[in-house]
Amino acid sequence: MVLIANVILWSIVGILALIVLYIVITFNSMIMLRNRVDNAWSQIDVQLKRRYDLIPNLVNTVKGYMKHERGTLTEITKMRSSLISGSMSQKSKASDAISNVLKTIFAVAENYPKLEASENFKMLQEELSGTESKIAFSRQFYNDNIMVLNNKIQQFPSNIIANMLSFKEREFFQTAEGEKKPVKVEF
Amino acid sequence: MNLYEHISLNKRKSILLITFFFIIIGFLGYAFGLYLGDAFIGLGFAIIFSTIMTLISFYSGDKLILGMSSAVLADRKKYPHLVNTVEGLAIAAGIPTPKIYVINDSAINAFATGRDPKHASVTVTTGAIQRLKRDELEGVIAHELAHVRNYDIRMMMFVVVLVGIIALLSDFFLRSMIYGRGGRRDMKGSGIIGIIIMLIGLVLAILAPLIAQLIKLAVNRQREFLADSDGALLSRNPDGLANALKKIKNDKEPLVEAANKATAHLFIENPLRNFKSRVNNLFSTHPDITERIKRLESL
Repeated sequence: MVLIANVILWSIVGILALIVLYIVITFNSMIMLRNRVDNAWSQIDVQLKRRYDLIPNLVNTVKGYMKHERGTLTEITKMRSSLISGSMSQKSKASDAISNVLKTIFAVAENYPKLEASENFKMLQEELSGTESKIAFSRQFYNDNIMVLNNKIQQFPSNIIANMLSFKEREFFQTAEGEKKPVKVEF
Repeated sequence: MNLYEHISLNKRKSILLITFFFIIIGFLGYAFGLYLGDAFIGLGFAIIFSTIMTLISFYSGDKLILGMSSAVLADRKKYPHLVNTVEGLAIAAGIPTPKIYVINDSAINAFATGRDPKHASVTVTTGAIQRLKRDELEGVIAHELAHVRNYDIRMMMFVVVLVGIIALLSDFFLRSMIYGRGGRRDMKGSGIIGIIIMLIGLVLAILAPLIAQLIKLAVNRQREFLADSDGALLSRNPDGLANALKKIKNDKEPLVEAANKATAHLFIENPLRNFKSRVNNLFSTHPDITERIKRLESL
C-alpha cells in the first residue's frame, strides 16, 4: 500500500514538474519571439532613416540639371521629413509615396544624359534603389516574425499559456504594393 | 515546422552525423591500434587527431577555402549593387551581413562558407555579377544566405573534414596491412574476438571511405534542394534563381578555374561539371540542375 501511494505521489509530482517546465519554456520562447519582432520593427526604421539621409544628396545632385522639375524636388524634400516622424503606418505611407516620386525623378533623368552619366548620380541611384529593397526586405522579415509569434499565440496548447500571461497577437505590416517587391528602378 | 525549428533540427542532425563519423573514426583507430599492438593508443590517436583537425577547420576552414579559391574582398564602391543585394537579403534572413568576396572568373557561380551566421562569407564570381540580371543575382545570393542561416556551411565544413580523415585513416590502415611486416603476432587480445575485430576493421577500412563519401554527397544534395526553396522564400521570387540556373545550364563555359574537388560541393552549381556528360547519380555533389529548375518553377 505504501509503495502504491508513493508511486502515485511521485507520478503526480512528475507530471506537475513537466507542466511547470513546459510553461517556463513556452513563456521564454514567447518573450524571445516578441523581442525578435521588436528588433525587426527597428530594422525598418533604420532603413527609413537611411532613405531620409540619402534624399538631400540626390536633390543636390540633380537640381543643377533638372530645371523644370523644381516642383518635384521641393515636394520630395518636404515629404522626406515624414520618414522619421509619426507612427509607423504614417512613415511607411510616406515611404511608399516617396518611392513613386523617386521613380518619376529617375525616369525624367533619362532626358539628361549628362546627369545620367555622372558617377555621383549612378551611385545615388544604386543606393536609393538598394535602400528601397532593404525597406521591403525589413518589412518582410518583420512579417515573418509576426507570423511565428502569432502562430505560437494561436496554436494549442501554447495558446492557453499565451492567454494566461496575456500575450497579444500583433498585426502584419501592410503596404499598398503588398509585400512582394518594391518598385524597381531599372533602365 | 517553422524556420527556427528547422534550424535547430539541422543543428541536431549535424551533431548526429558528426557523432556517427567519430564512431567510425574511433573504430578504425581502435582496429588499427589493435593491429599495431595497442588498441587504445590507436583509438586515442584517431580521436585526438580528428578532434584537432575538426577544430582547425571550424575556426579557419573558411579562410583556407577563400584562399584556395583566390577570392578577394568585394569593394563597396566597385560592386555597389552586389553589396546592396547581400545586405538587403541578410535583413530579410535576419542574419548579420556576411563578408562578401569576389572571384575573378567569367563563369557564373557562387558559394557560402563559415562556421555560423556571425562568421560567414558569401563569394560570387565576377561572371555572375556581370551576366546575371538583378533578380537572378538576388536569387543566387538568397540561396547562399539560406545555406548560411540554416547552418549548412558549418555542417558541410565538418562533414568534409571528417570524410577526409576517414579516407586518410583507412588508407593508413590498409597500406600498413598490405605493406606491413605481416602484422604483429604479439597483438593484444589476439583471440577469436581480436580476429573478429580485426576483420570488421578491415572491412570497415575498405567500406568506410566510400560510405562516408556517399553520405557527404547525399547530405550535400539534400541541402542544395533545401537552400533553393528557402532562398526562394527569402527573395519571394523563385523565378530569379530558376532563371540564373538556366543561364548556368546553358553556359558554354561553366567551369570555375579556381575550384577543385575539395571545394566543388560548396558552389551553387557544380563548378567542375562538364555539361556534355550529364551523368547524375550517387556520386554527384549537386542535384540535377534540370530537376532543381523544375522544382523552383513549381513553387
